[in-house]
Amino acid sequence: MHEVLGYVFPNDLHILWSLMIVLYPYVTGLVAGAFIVSSLYHVFEFESLKPIARFALIASLAFLLVATWPLLLHLGHPLRGINVMITPNFTSAMAGFGYFYGGYMIILLFEVWLVYRKDIVTYARRSRGLKQWIYKLLALGVYDISEEAQQIDRRAVKFLAAIGIPAAFLLHGYVGFLFGALKSNPWWSTPLMPIIFIFSAVVSGIAALIVMYQVAMKLKGLVIDRACIGTMVRWLWLFLIITASLEMLEIITLAYEKAEEWEIIRQLLTGPLALSYIGIQMIMGVLIPFILLMIIVLLDRNMGDKVANTLSFTAASLLLIQVFAMRWNVVIGGQMISKSLAGMRQAYRPELFGRESITTAIFIMIVPIVFIFVAEWLLPMFKFSEEQTRKLKETADYSKGYTE
Amino acid sequence: MKDLSRRSFLRAAIGVTIVGATSSVISLFAPGKLKAASAATDMQPGGFPDGYDPFAHLFSYVIDLKKCIGCGSCVRACKKENDVPDEFYRTWVERYQKGRDRPVEIDSPDGGLYGFPSSTAGTEGVSKAYYVPKMCNHCAQTPCVQVCPFSATYLSPDGLVLVDGERCMGCGYCVQACPYASRFLNPRTKTADKCTWCYHRISRGLRPACVQACPTGTRMFGDVKDPYDPVRHIIDTERIGVLQPQMLTKPKCYYIGLDKEVR
Ligand code: SF4
Ligand code: SF4
Ligand code: SF4
Repeated sequence: MHEVLGYVFPNDLHILWSLMIVLYPYVTGLVAGAFIVSSLYHVFEFESLKPIARFALIASLAFLLVATWPLLLHLGHPLRGINVMITPNFTSAMAGFGYFYGGYMIILLFEVWLVYRKDIVTYARRSRGLKQWIYKLLALGVYDISEEAQQIDRRAVKFLAAIGIPAAFLLHGYVGFLFGALKSNPWWSTPLMPIIFIFSAVVSGIAALIVMYQVAMKLKGLVIDRACIGTMVRWLWLFLIITASLEMLEIITLAYEKAEEWEIIRQLLTGPLALSYIGIQMIMGVLIPFILLMIIVLLDRNMGDKVANTLSFTAASLLLIQVFAMRWNVVIGGQMISKSLAGMRQAYRPELFGRESITTAIFIMIVPIVFIFVAEWLLPMFKFSEEQTRKLKETADYSKGYTE
Repeated sequence: MKDLSRRSFLRAAIGVTIVGATSSVISLFAPGKLKAASAATDMQPGGFPDGYDPFAHLFSYVIDLKKCIGCGSCVRACKKENDVPDEFYRTWVERYQKGRDRPVEIDSPDGGLYGFPSSTAGTEGVSKAYYVPKMCNHCAQTPCVQVCPFSATYLSPDGLVLVDGERCMGCGYCVQACPYASRFLNPRTKTADKCTWCYHRISRGLRPACVQACPTGTRMFGDVKDPYDPVRHIIDTERIGVLQPQMLTKPKCYYIGLDKEVR
């Protein structure tokens, strides 16, 4: 029935938290990461990120929309989840989630609205029929787009983006704390856990933007802004180095201290998690992207656009897998260790169909993409890129700096 | 007649709503006690049995490991009494076997439900073997209560850790948090489930089913607020241990003759 190794407590045979609980920190991480990129432009004024700043914001919102779905799908009684907001127990790491999530949603919605306000008003005046109605609705009755009004908007955006940074870190650091605070599980209960979650969130967010931006440019037939990719690659490299160091520090500390739990963790990493931890998370997910990103950063000037874009696309895709593998290894891997510390449960295999299945997970990941398409239809995000492309074509300076 | 019962029903409903609303508001400021008390009454349909005052008791449990013979009567009694779903256990029994030249072997086939077949690895070289019955320790500083997002798991005034099945949303956080694997998600109710020390029995002055079923007197249950209680005497005077003391959960299950290998 259940093939287990060593001694596992009788109630401990089942992996309780499924694929959905792997997906939940993954999606939340994408939210936080994408937001950080948009804030790098709005707060820290990295001009090179301008082509992607609007898109990053929408992507963040798109993922935030579905962030709670996996959780709710996992609950036995999802409707009772509302109690978390009504009678929260503040000693619970989980209780704060509703508040963090809600607060973050408000910040994000406001920021998106302010960033797009000028466009909304312009479109409301220009378009006809259904679209006009939608724009009127989105305008919320505010039609003042004078230069002063926009000035105020920009200041408000900067402020929201600024408070959004700690909020994004909190939202995700807190997800890590959810695991880090469980002393019953030695693979989770480390103070590094929230920090690793935060940094890997940023990694996944930037990686997702690099991938989605390149795809979007291809679809729209626009040029990929080399400088924009270059800046993201540098940030990605930095955050990857921090994340990987922390992940390794955690293991090295456990291995060096040789505390009671190391024996079982060692067996876990070299046994059932050998492929997903050593193979996917560490070698394919850290080592290879690290080298690729290093090549792009160091050889930037000597590299053709096509090569640079392909390399960054590959590295970013691998990192998206890496972060997913990391969530998997934490959530599922952690549950494979029995609380007896004397045995391991059988590996978990998600089902193909059903409430908490692979199909559901794929569906949840498709919804934000659809949302992004709808958002692009309503409020084009790449106007800046379009201008750039046009200018390039006019000056016929096609080969230098940009590529199709 | 019909009118009367409807009126009394309405009155009861309004009463419950008011009590519920106030207590949830107050509980925002004093989360621990009040919520526990109100939830404890919720748990007992029709309130507590006559004359039972949860504030007048503090229950504890003592297990004398020198006496256990691994017969599994306790596990069977518990399954029957509490309708515990297959593959899960509110109480279970583990067997430990060790010798100088062999690693400690632990097993608990079906939680000890049908007793223990002879060991697959043989008994060669075994110098010591014993049984350890386990269940929820009703910890005083319990991680399961700490992590529950809205106190569906709570500490009752008489010292028990209980789950309010009407509130629990089945997130499983408490199941992850319990270091003893005492909890599980009940596949039927989709809520957290675990040993209640047979609360429905002890609040009527009976003993838990497992204690009643144990033929050797391994399991003892008592009230430490009662000065003449034998369990209180044992806790006060004997050498006793608790499971995983390093977790600092302050269990209220005490073991006599606990060995260091016991997880
Ligand atoms: S033994 Fe586990 S379920 Fe029981 S009170 Fe302690 S932590 Fe909670
Ligand atoms: S499963 Fe139920 S009792 Fe356990 S933490 Fe979640 S809501 Fe609370
Ligand atoms: S009934 Fe008593 S002797 Fe038998 S296994 Fe349970 S605790 Fe041990």
